[in-house]
Amino acid sequence: MFNIVEKRRWFFLISGILVTLSILMLVVTVIQFGSPLRLAVDFTGGSLFILHFDGPATETDIRQVLAAHDLEEAIIQRVGRPEDNTWQVRTREASPEQVRAIFGDLTAQVAPVNRDLSTYETVSPIVGGEVARAAGIAISVAAVVIIGYIWWSFRRVPHSIRYGVSAIAAMLHSLIIVTGFYALMGLLRGWEVDALFLTAVLTVTSFSVQDTIVMFDRIRENVRRYREEPFERIANRSILETIHRSLATQLNAIFVMIAIILFGGETIRSFISTMLTGMLVGTYSSFGVAVPLVVAWEAAARRRAKR
Amino acid sequence: MERRDRILLVVILLLAVLAVYVDLNIDHPSWLENLLVWQPEGVRKIAIRYGLDLRGGLKVSLVADVPEGQEVERTSLETARQIVENRVNGLGLAETIVQIQGNRRIIVEIPGIDEPEVAIEIIRGTALLEFVDAGYTPPPRGAVITTTVGGPPRLGETAPVTATPSPQIPPLTTGPISPMETITPTAETLPPGTYRTVLTGKGLKAVGLDRDDLGYYIPFELNDEEAQVFAEYTASHVGQYLCIVLDNVVISCPQIQEAIPGGRGRITLGDATYQEARGLAIQLQYGALPIPLRVETATTVGPTLGEISVQKSVRAGIIGLSIVLLFMLVYYRVLGGVADLALLLYAGLNLALYKLAPVTLTLPGIAGFLLSAGMAVDANILVFERVKEEIRAGRSLKAALETGFSRAWTSIRDSQVSILIACAVLYFFGNTFGASAVKGFALTLAIGTTINLFTAIVVTRTLLRGLLQVAGEWLRNRMALLGV
Repeated sequence: MFNIVEKRRWFFLISGILVTLSILMLVVTVIQFGSPLRLAVDFTGGSLFILHFDGPATETDIRQVLAAHDLEEAIIQRVGRPEDNTWQVRTREASPEQVRAIFGDLTAQVAPVNRDLSTYETVSPIVGGEVARAAGIAISVAAVVIIGYIWWSFRRVPHSIRYGVSAIAAMLHSLIIVTGFYALMGLLRGWEVDALFLTAVLTVTSFSVQDTIVMFDRIRENVRRYREEPFERIANRSILETIHRSLATQLNAIFVMIAIILFGGETIRSFISTMLTGMLVGTYSSFGVAVPLVVAWEAAARRRAKR
Repeated sequence: MERRDRILLVVILLLAVLAVYVDLNIDHPSWLENLLVWQPEGVRKIAIRYGLDLRGGLKVSLVADVPEGQEVERTSLETARQIVENRVNGLGLAETIVQIQGNRRIIVEIPGIDEPEVAIEIIRGTALLEFVDAGYTPPPRGAVITTTVGGPPRLGETAPVTATPSPQIPPLTTGPISPMETITPTAETLPPGTYRTVLTGKGLKAVGLDRDDLGYYIPFELNDEEAQVFAEYTASHVGQYLCIVLDNVVISCPQIQEAIPGGRGRITLGDATYQEARGLAIQLQYGALPIPLRVETATTVGPTLGEISVQKSVRAGIIGLSIVLLFMLVYYRVLGGVADLALLLYAGLNLALYKLAPVTLTLPGIAGFLLSAGMAVDANILVFERVKEEIRAGRSLKAALETGFSRAWTSIRDSQVSILIACAVLYFFGNTFGASAVKGFALTLAIGTTINLFTAIVVTRTLLRGLLQVAGEWLRNRMALLGV
């Protein structure tokens, strides 16, 4: 029988490294941008343009036009391949009049802007603050709901506190790694946290907690069925029995997500990538973190009892 | 096969046929579309509604520009919404949405608009009501004119007639000029084609709506100060015309019959319908928006960009689903084949529901649907893994199937409930600040999860029972086909 639980030190080591790296990414982002993740205009307020030009454009040209409209402090990035002639521009909040003038000047001085393929989004800084608050509330509500769900699932299990704490630890572990991944992509590719990022995180968190609970459920069943076996063995057996289902399910979701990342639109790529990362980490954290933690806890308790 | 199963089988087949029929991209007969009584009358149809990110257009969120903490009256918000809606309708574009969100916001959605900035300017314009001096030659109703207070007509205004063809008028300041200041006897020095404003809507104290033999009319009453101005003006301009102008558009030009003291008068509307009359009364009552509105967020998406997104999503969806179908077939063989049928039905039912409900599809919404399809096989996998275990433990095919379904039920229920909880939290979150992307995702994921309970359990089980009935003997000797 393949023994996952026995190798738990390795899993703890891997998880420790991943968590450390993630925190490092967050720290680097704080140093560079002043907050642990780069925030999108949804939260900070400002304007975001995706400009599609019918002809080549350069960053300097675009910046010059923006400067003429008092928006010189812009972040200008190319989107896609050079021949796409598509640029993403982020500025502070621009008024409709400014936007109209900018589109006109870009067409006149840089290259014709194709309005059919361009988008822009403006959020006033005031609402940005409100959205950030709403997001905070949503996350708190989700945390309460999820912890409540965990508590409810284990209310009749002996040593329920061990299971509950381990499940929450596994959840935090996945959360930190997903956030770290996003911070890394923020540093490399300029990904910014928007409402969809929170959606992805909340969704995968609930999936991953669910996954953990299925494994714990099996442990509870097997403890009763194999009374003579040591706990470690039972835990390992439970992982192997449920991992088939976990992997088969996740695999299907992963197929779909990879298809969306490869063939779907640019706009939701970061959303789905976050979800995919969360799914992978979440599945791993069930058998690599949650169950080994419970086993380690049990072992420690036994040693203490012997003494 | 039991009687219950046979009935179920018929129901499933009927559902499948119905789903396919609804999903087909054909013109459905209008009597059928009219059966969708939960959809608002007049726009009932069987079709996918795409969100702005998929069809292109403008979405603006306007917020009452009042100090933090100060409450906004429901009636003034409703009036503001009505005024905004009238202006949006004036753009002449179909399927616009103007709705109140929360207690201080108005959301405007205009699909398929060319120049979104112009629309924004029109929407948050001031709605200025003026009484202007038209001398002896009144402009026709509906004409767009330049006035001393209102200035030249704003861009994008598309009223049909222009009575003052003098485009060289220098733009006048549109700052807040009180009506008193405009009543200076300088009519002769005005640039040609510009009308002098006698009073603005600020002077109105009360407005009503009534009708007589000649049609609807709007009685109004002016504030004391303005009443004085009005009395003096009418006294010295008997026989001339006084035009009522809203946002530079002439509404009516009654002739001054006699001096009007006391500040009371009426605007006769001739052959206007009740709706028109009421709309005007509302606009007059609150000539300017009752509350100042500020553009809070504005999002525009180019129409072609939306089309490309739809194409890409459809391609990604087909590829993703094909892989899932293939995986189930390879991994679970015959069982997987049945699950695939259930999955196809699942996709068909989802799509049909989107068309019937209707659910407005956004890009994240499509992702939510695809993801739910990927997860939809989860329930089947839980069951099939149990079935395999039972067969390995030496049970008969039939018994293994029945125990598999009943044992897996609690796990399936738990996992679906946890997804639904997550969806509820997300929906609440998305709704709180109008993040339609989040809402769309949560909605399609939740719908998918619910439909999945039916297809993955009822449909798969009924189909498998039927299969055992027909080919059970044959299958028993070919266990490899079950992937055991």
